Amino acid sequence: MGMLHRALMVLAALAGLGASGSALAEELPLGQPHPWQLGFQEAVTPIMAQIHDFHNYVTFIIIAITLFVLALMIIVMVRFNEKSNPEPSRTSHNTLLEVAWTVIPIFILVAIAIPSFRLLFAQYDFPKADVSITATGAQWYWIYEYPEEDISFNSIMVPDAQLKEGQPRLLTVDNEVVVPVGANVVVSLKSNDVIHDWAVPSFGVKLDAVPGRLQQTWFRAEKEGWFYGQCSELCGRNHAFMPIAVRVVSQDEYDAWVAGKKSASIDTKGKLASARD
Amino acid sequence: MANNAQAEAAHHDHDDHPHGLRRWLFSTNHKDIGTLYLILSLVGGIIGALLSMAMRAELMEPGMQIFGNPEMYNVFVTAHGLIMVFFTIMPATVGAFGNWMVPLMIGAPDMAFPRMNNISFWLLAMAFVLLVTSLFMPGAPGSTGAGAGWTIYAPLSTSGSPGVAVDFAILALHLGGASSILGAINFITTIMNMRAPGMTLHKMPLFVWSILVTAFLLLLSLPVLAGAITMLLTDRNFGTAFFDSAHGGDPLLWQHLFWFFGHPEVYILILPGFGMISQIVATFSKKPVFGYLGMAYAMVAIGVIGFVVWAHHMYAAGLDVNTQAYFVFATMVIAVPTGVKIFSWIATMWGGSISFKTPMLWALGFIFLFTVGGVTGVMLSNAGVDRSFHDTYYVVAHFHYVLSLGAVFSLFAAWYYWSPKMYGYMYSEALGKLHFWLMFVGANLAFFPQHFLGLAGMPRRYADYPDAYAGWNMISSIGAYLAMAGFVVFFIAVIQQFSRKQKAAANPWGPGATTLEWTVSSPPPFHTFDTLPRIK
Repeated sequence: MGMLHRALMVLAALAGLGASGSALAEELPLGQPHPWQLGFQEAVTPIMAQIHDFHNYVTFIIIAITLFVLALMIIVMVRFNEKSNPEPSRTSHNTLLEVAWTVIPIFILVAIAIPSFRLLFAQYDFPKADVSITATGAQWYWIYEYPEEDISFNSIMVPDAQLKEGQPRLLTVDNEVVVPVGANVVVSLKSNDVIHDWAVPSFGVKLDAVPGRLQQTWFRAEKEGWFYGQCSELCGRNHAFMPIAVRVVSQDEYDAWVAGKKSASIDTKGKLASARD
Repeated sequence: MANNAQAEAAHHDHDDHPHGLRRWLFSTNHKDIGTLYLILSLVGGIIGALLSMAMRAELMEPGMQIFGNPEMYNVFVTAHGLIMVFFTIMPATVGAFGNWMVPLMIGAPDMAFPRMNNISFWLLAMAFVLLVTSLFMPGAPGSTGAGAGWTIYAPLSTSGSPGVAVDFAILALHLGGASSILGAINFITTIMNMRAPGMTLHKMPLFVWSILVTAFLLLLSLPVLAGAITMLLTDRNFGTAFFDSAHGGDPLLWQHLFWFFGHPEVYILILPGFGMISQIVATFSKKPVFGYLGMAYAMVAIGVIGFVVWAHHMYAAGLDVNTQAYFVFATMVIAVPTGVKIFSWIATMWGGSISFKTPMLWALGFIFLFTVGGVTGVMLSNAGVDRSFHDTYYVVAHFHYVLSLGAVFSLFAAWYYWSPKMYGYMYSEALGKLHFWLMFVGANLAFFPQHFLGLAGMPRRYADYPDAYAGWNMISSIGAYLAMAGFVVFFIAVIQQFSRKQKAAANPWGPGATTLEWTVSSPPPFHTFDTLPRIK
């Protein structure tokens, strides 16, 4: 991260609350929340890093504005209470002041808008896909397909009783999405029933899965590991129980996984075929 | 509601004032109808608060402890939202304080259409009955109640909710919407036509301005909601496919229609509060409001711009990037008139002679806490970062700051300010202040940590959560219980106010209270301004 970014980050942290902890994070697990967390999960994609920076920048500005308003109010309460100031003034106009507090906020908003639009357009600057995945939302699980590899599987939350050591509750699934590190992954979303939403906080990705529509988002994960998200559009009874898990691995591991999934599905198809005969 | 001495005074003013059922069921009196709305909103507030207590009790620890079926949690979330918006805040701000104070403040003897005023109230009461009934009707398979959120997105609210609970909720919204549209017509006509001689639009109190703008928002946005929920009703029951993509419809159409209403709705919720705060800050600073025209036209600007920003609620729905960019720009524009108001309130207090009575404490709390909620709104307006915040607790924190710490604070401010006038009894400063501090600490403790939960990735409308979110959820629940304790103190304060019967003066607040309601007795006679005042 550049010097300017580090400086902004330190300033935001000093300003107090809501600052992202990524520059100051201790050894915390990637890809999932940690107890008493104050900021975003650590960024694992360039887009999420850009979201972090923008968020720190705006947080600094809004904390400054809030403290400014608080300071004015404290001054007013101390200097102009009944005891300190028994004779109220009748001033109800000041053109300069009224112009200032209209125009200065406009400048602040422009200063926010410029990086804001840059971030937004970056999110929609789709690269050429190295890996294409289709995620279909259903009540209450995800169905993943890798159309170019002819792979398809369901991804269902593992209930508490069946969790293994170290597996996070409500985030662990039986079959996770696997992608190679550094690859541009385009995820197409659709739904079989109601609106769901595919989100992975550490990737900075979130998009509704709407029945009757096919819409796309993308990410490039730059670290290996396990990264979790949760369905982010109310979809009925088990809305809280259909998580998303992505395992980012080396290119070799990915190729091996793809091969394994393919032969497993041939096995299944073969078994079905022979059962039919 | 007048005590014996006041009844005698009223008797001199006006002979035939009705009693019993004729007075309350068939009322054509703006003060009585205001009181009816106040009672309805109190009932709504109690039920809405109890629902939220159950939700916070569930979320206090990871795992499912209170709700056997997570769908029931979704039903509570839905009911909490609908009841707080339509049956607590709106009836209190517009129905109660609007009806009570607008005619008094403009020197009018009553509203333009007193009988239509009555039907507005009883339509809302019927709507409330239908909504509560929906809780006990079949909803999603295996559950009762509508569990699709107050936003009732299709197809969850159509094919996803086969039972009739959603139909009951839709019919409740039809009646409630009709109630508000008729009320809006009444307020606009009253304010435009019945101001006392000499009271130009630019002389009327800012609370009246706030109700005027709110009434236009209601008039123009509610018909869109009515159309949308009718389409939902026909999709559910009469074979249409407006929101069903398999038959040529689009779920996103629902979202556009709902939020075209829904965004002006949130300004409807807060604008009257802005008006109330202006009156209270001026009174207790003993100074006129700073920049009156700026304040009035800032509210108009907020109202107008509020109609063209709706899709900032839809940044993750699948909108094209250029569409999102437009809504980012338009939404940021609203921050300008809102900032003008915050600075104008501070400038009103500057140079004043401030008395820290209970209404002023609530107003000061409002100004600061609404600023906190407003700036997180500026953050959320940016689609790029809303990518991370959409449907998380950061959004829940934002709107509870502007609602529970904004609109609700303005309501309590208005209660302590105006109830001595309305009912003739002074409240206890000690109890009022205790209520304020419990609510201030409790609500902040409840909602500030939710910013952290949203940043960490906790989604909203979740009955259970990954263990890492436990810490801040515990704090949030404790804060909620503390705020509830404040609510209990409020009820004790009200009971004490009405039982000790300490008479309130016509103007208990001194030289800073300059609007017309302070020129009539406390409580006012049944009919006021039979003779119109002349305004200089």
